[in-house]
Amino acid sequence: MKARLARIAEQTGRATVVGVAEIGYGAFLLFESLFWLIMGKKRRQPVRLSAVMAEGMEFGVRAIPIVAILSSTVGAMLAIQGIHTLKTFGAESRVTFGVALSVVREFAPLITGIVVAGRSGSALAARLGTMRINQEIDALHVMGIDPVRFLVAPALFAMLVMLPLLTLLADLVALTGAGLYIGLDLGMDMPAYWDRVIEALKVDDLAHGLGKSLIFAVLVTLVGVVNGSLVEGGAEGVGKATTRSVVHAISAIVVTDMLFAFVLTR
Amino acid sequence: MNATAVPNRTKVVEIKDLVTHYGKRKILKNVSLDIYEGEIMVIMGGSGSGKSTLLNHLLGLLKPSSGTVRILGQDINAISETEMTKLRTRMGVAFQGGALFSSMTVGQNIMLPLREHTGLDPSTMAIMARLKMEVVKLAEFENLMPAELSGGMIKRAALARAIVMDPKLLFCDEPSAGLDPVVSAAIDELIISLRDAMGMSIVVVTHELDSAFRIADRICVLDRGDILIVDTVEAVRNSSNERIQNLLNRRLEDAALDPDDYMRRLTIGI
Repeated sequence: MKARLARIAEQTGRATVVGVAEIGYGAFLLFESLFWLIMGKKRRQPVRLSAVMAEGMEFGVRAIPIVAILSSTVGAMLAIQGIHTLKTFGAESRVTFGVALSVVREFAPLITGIVVAGRSGSALAARLGTMRINQEIDALHVMGIDPVRFLVAPALFAMLVMLPLLTLLADLVALTGAGLYIGLDLGMDMPAYWDRVIEALKVDDLAHGLGKSLIFAVLVTLVGVVNGSLVEGGAEGVGKATTRSVVHAISAIVVTDMLFAFVLTR
Repeated sequence: MNATAVPNRTKVVEIKDLVTHYGKRKILKNVSLDIYEGEIMVIMGGSGSGKSTLLNHLLGLLKPSSGTVRILGQDINAISETEMTKLRTRMGVAFQGGALFSSMTVGQNIMLPLREHTGLDPSTMAIMARLKMEVVKLAEFENLMPAELSGGMIKRAALARAIVMDPKLLFCDEPSAGLDPVVSAAIDELIISLRDAMGMSIVVVTHELDSAFRIADRICVLDRGDILIVDTVEAVRNSSNERIQNLLNRRLEDAALDPDDYMRRLTIGI
C-alpha cells in the first residue's frame, strides 16, 4: 500500500515536472519566433513571407468550408434554443440580443479554435514529429538553418493572422444562420435582424472575441510544435504526439475561454 | 592516394579528450582524433561503439561533458551562434536516411542551402543545383519528390545537397548501409571522386567493412567508446589487436560473464 502510494506520488511529480518543462519550452519557442521575426533580416535569416503564406493557406483558407458549416449550424442551434428558453418569459423577441453576444464573444472564437486545433495543431505535431524521426530537424541544424525560424515562426505568424480572420468569418456565418432561423420562426426580416445585431454589439464585444482568437492561435501552434518536437519512439510516437496535441490544444482553448469569461464578462 | 598522417598538414578536425555521457553511462571515453585536409577518414565500429555519438559531436548536435572539438580551426562549443552558422556553410552532411524534406522536390531540397545562405537569383541557384545533380548522376530527377526515389537515389540526393555549397569538409553517415553491393560500390566511387575532384576532406561513419577499406585513407576503429586504432587501411588490416580482428572477421564478442551481475539482472525489481 505504502509502495503504491509512493509510486503514485512519484508519477504525479514526474508528470508535473514534464508539464512545467513543456510549458517553459513553449514559451521559449514563442520568444525565439519573435526574435527571428525582428532580428532575422539582420542575421540574414529572415522569416520568409512565402512560408507564412503557404502555412496561412493550409491553416486558414482550407479551413473555411468546415468553419462555415459548423458556425452556421451553431448559430441556428443558438437561435432555436434561445427562442425556446425565452418563450417561457414571453420575451422571444429579445433572442437576437442573446444570440449576437453569445456568437461574437464566445461561440465563434471557440468553434474556430477547436476546428483549427483539430485540423492544424495535429498536422503540425505530425509533421514536426516525422521530421524529427527522419533527422530532417538535424539536417536543418547542420545546414545552419534555425528550425524555429524555418518551421515554427511561419506557422505561428500564419496562425496569428488566420485565426482572427476565420473567427470573423465564423461571426458572420453564425449570425446569418441564426438570422435565417429567427426570420422563419418569428417572421423578422433580415435587414431588421441585422439592425438589431448591430445595435446589440459593441466594438468591445468584437475585440473580446478576436483577442481570444489570437491567444488560441498561440496555444494551438505551440502545443502542436512542442508535442511534435518532443516525439520519441518512431511512428507510434508520432501518432501519440498527434492525439496528445489535439487533446491538449482543445483543453487549453476551453480553459482559457472560461478564464476570459470569468475575468472579463462578469 | 593512400595518404598517411603527416604532422605538418592542416588539420580540419581536432578532437581532444572528448568525454560524453548518456545519463550516467559514459559513451565516449577520452577520444582524441585529428583529421587532415584532403583525406578520407573512416570512423568504424560496431553498433554501440559510440561512432554515431562521435559524429553528432562533430556536427555540433551534442554538447560534450568535457573535451574540445575544433572544426576548421574553430572550437565549435565556444564560438557564437552566428559564427557557428557561418562555419556550417563550410560543412556538408549526408545523413544515413537522407533526411530530405518530404514536402519539397529533389531539386528544391538540393537548392535549400543556397536559398537560405546566398543572395543568388533563382536561375543561378537552379543551375548550381543541377551541376551537383550531374555530379551525383541524378540529372533530370529534380522534379521528383523524395518519396518517389529509390534508396540509392535518396543517398545520392542527400550527397548532392551536402556538397551544394562546396564545403571544405563533408560528413557521411553510413553512406552505403542498406544498399545492394553494386549501388553501394557506386556511392563509394562517388565519395572518392568528390575528394579527388573538389579537394574535400571527408569523414565517413560506417560499419560496412568492404566500403571502409575501399574508400579510406585512414581508418579509426571505435569500440565501446574508446579508439582502438587510427591508421592506414593496411595497418588496420594487419593489426594484431584481438578486438580489431574480431570486428574485421565479424566475430561476436562475448562479454565476460560475471555470475553476481547476471543474478542481479535476472532478479532486479522482482
